Amino acid sequence: MNRWLPRTYLTLVYLLLYVPIAVLVVFSFNESRTGYDWGGLSLRWYEALFNNRAMVKAMWNSLWLALSAATISTLIGALTALALHRYRFRGKQVLNGMLFVVMMSPEIVLAISLLALFLLVGMQLGYVSLLLAHVTFCLPFVVITVTARLSGFDERLPEAARDLGASDFVMTRTVLIPVIMPALLAGWLLGFTLSLDDVVVSTFVSGPSYEILPLRIYSMVRVGLKPEVNALGALLLVFSLVMLILSQWILLRSRR
Amino acid sequence: MHNLMQQPFRTAVLVLVWGWLLFLVLAPNLLVVGASVMTRSPGTFISLPLTLDAYRQLFDPLYLEVFLHSLYMAAMTTMVCLLIGYPFAWSLSKMGKQRQVLLVFLLIVPFWTNSLVRTYALKLILATNGLLNSALMSLGWIDEPIQMLYTEGAVIVGLVYLLLPFMILPLYSVFEDLREDLLRASHDLGAGRWSTFIHVIVPLTLPGVLAGVMLVLLPAMGLFFVPDILGGSRNLLVGNVIKNQFLDARNWPFGAAASIVLTLAMAFLMFAHRLSKRRIGEHGV
Repeated sequence: MNRWLPRTYLTLVYLLLYVPIAVLVVFSFNESRTGYDWGGLSLRWYEALFNNRAMVKAMWNSLWLALSAATISTLIGALTALALHRYRFRGKQVLNGMLFVVMMSPEIVLAISLLALFLLVGMQLGYVSLLLAHVTFCLPFVVITVTARLSGFDERLPEAARDLGASDFVMTRTVLIPVIMPALLAGWLLGFTLSLDDVVVSTFVSGPSYEILPLRIYSMVRVGLKPEVNALGALLLVFSLVMLILSQWILLRSRR
Repeated sequence: MHNLMQQPFRTAVLVLVWGWLLFLVLAPNLLVVGASVMTRSPGTFISLPLTLDAYRQLFDPLYLEVFLHSLYMAAMTTMVCLLIGYPFAWSLSKMGKQRQVLLVFLLIVPFWTNSLVRTYALKLILATNGLLNSALMSLGWIDEPIQMLYTEGAVIVGLVYLLLPFMILPLYSVFEDLREDLLRASHDLGAGRWSTFIHVIVPLTLPGVLAGVMLVLLPAMGLFFVPDILGGSRNLLVGNVIKNQFLDARNWPFGAAASIVLTLAMAFLMFAHRLSKRRIGEHGV
C-alpha cells in the first residue's frame, strides 16, 4: 500500500474532529455580537460570563458536584476493584455484569430508572440525587482503571504482609493502596470529567434547587447562538484538556 | 475459609458495593420494568391495574413513525461511522508504535470534552450564515446559503461527530491484534488482496465491528440534545420521546416501555457480539 495514503486519511479525519473545537475557541475571542462575522479580538464574552451571577453560581455547583462525585466513586470503585481482585465470593460474575451493564447501557436508560427511583421514594431532586446518579455512572470507569492496575501486580506482596502479621485492613493500607495510587488518581480525574460534562442523566435527576453548568448551557443553546457560550465552552475545553493530560501523565509516569 | 467476624473489612466492602448496586442499579431498572406494565396516574405517576397498553402505544402510527425515523438516523450514523472508522483504525494500526500512542490520545481528547459544547460548535459551522456556507460562497461553489441546520443531515453529522471515537477504538483494538502471518499465509495460498480482505480480514475484525456498532447505534437513539440543538422538531430521536414522556407528559408507562425496547436492543447486540467472538475462538485464531 501507498505510505502517504493512510497518513493523509488520518490527518483529514483528525482535522474534521478538531475544526469545530478550534472554531469555538477562536470565536470566543470574537468582538462581534452576531457570532458569525469576525469583529476583532476581544475578551468581552469572558467578562460577560463572569459578571453573570447565575452562571458563576452554576459553575461552583458543578465543580462541587464533580469533586464530590469523583471522590466518592473513586473510594467505592477502588474498594470494588480490590474486592473483585482479592476475594472469592458468591455472585462475583453478577457484580461484574452489573457494572458492565451500567457502562454499556444508553445513558438515558440509566437516567429514567434513577428518576423513577428518586421520585417513588420521595426524594427531593437536587444535590443529593445528582450525586447518587453521578457516582453510579462514574463507578464502572474507576473499577476498570483500578482493575487494570491490579492485574499487573505481584501477588506475593500482600501474602508477605499477611505472613508478617498484618490484618487485611493494614495490608490494604500499606501495600495495596500505594500500588494502586496512580490508578486512583487517574480514575478520580476521569470521574471528575465525566461528572462535569454529563447532560443526559443530569437533565432528569436535577431540580431547581441546584442548577449546574451543563444544564444552564443546554437551556441557553437551544434558543439560537449565545456568544457567552463560546467563552464558557472554550474554558471547559481547556479545563478538560488539562485534566486529561494530567491523568495520562500520572499513568505514564507510574509505568516507568 | 475465614468467617465473617475475622474479616470485618471484607464484609464492609462487600456490603457497601452490593448495597450501592442493588439500590441504584438493580432496583431502579426493575422499577422501570414494573412501570412499563402499569397504568398512568396523575398523582403517583403509576398505578394498578397491570396492562400492556404502553407497549401497544409504541405501535401507534404517530410514534412508530418517530421511532422508525430515529432508527433510520441512528443506522445512517452507524454506517457513516463504520465507513470512516474502519479504514481509519486500519491506517492507525499501521503507524509506528510511538506514534500510535499519541494518535490514540488525540482520538480520546474529544471524548473527554463537553459533548454539548461540541454539538453547539457544529451549529457555528452549519448555520445558514455560518462558516461552511460563507466558505462555500466565497469559493463561488454556491450562490446562496444552503439550509443545513435543522435537517436530518445535521442530526446525523452531529451524532457522527460525537460517536466516531466509540466506533474507532474497538476497531483499532481488533486491527492491533490482527496477525501479519495470517495475512501472509492467505497470500501464500494464492489469495489476492480482495479475497484476503473478504475471507480473512473481515471475519477477524467482525467482533470489533459489532462492538463499535453496539457503542454507536444505541447512544445514537438516545442523545436527545443533538436534535434539540441541530435538528429542529421534525427530526426527533427515541431519546427525545422518552424525555418528553417522563419530564413533560408525565406518562411513565410509555416512557418506560420505550426505554425497555432500547435495553432489549442493547441485549441483542451484546449477544451477537459474544457469539462472533466465540466463533473466532473456536477456529483457534
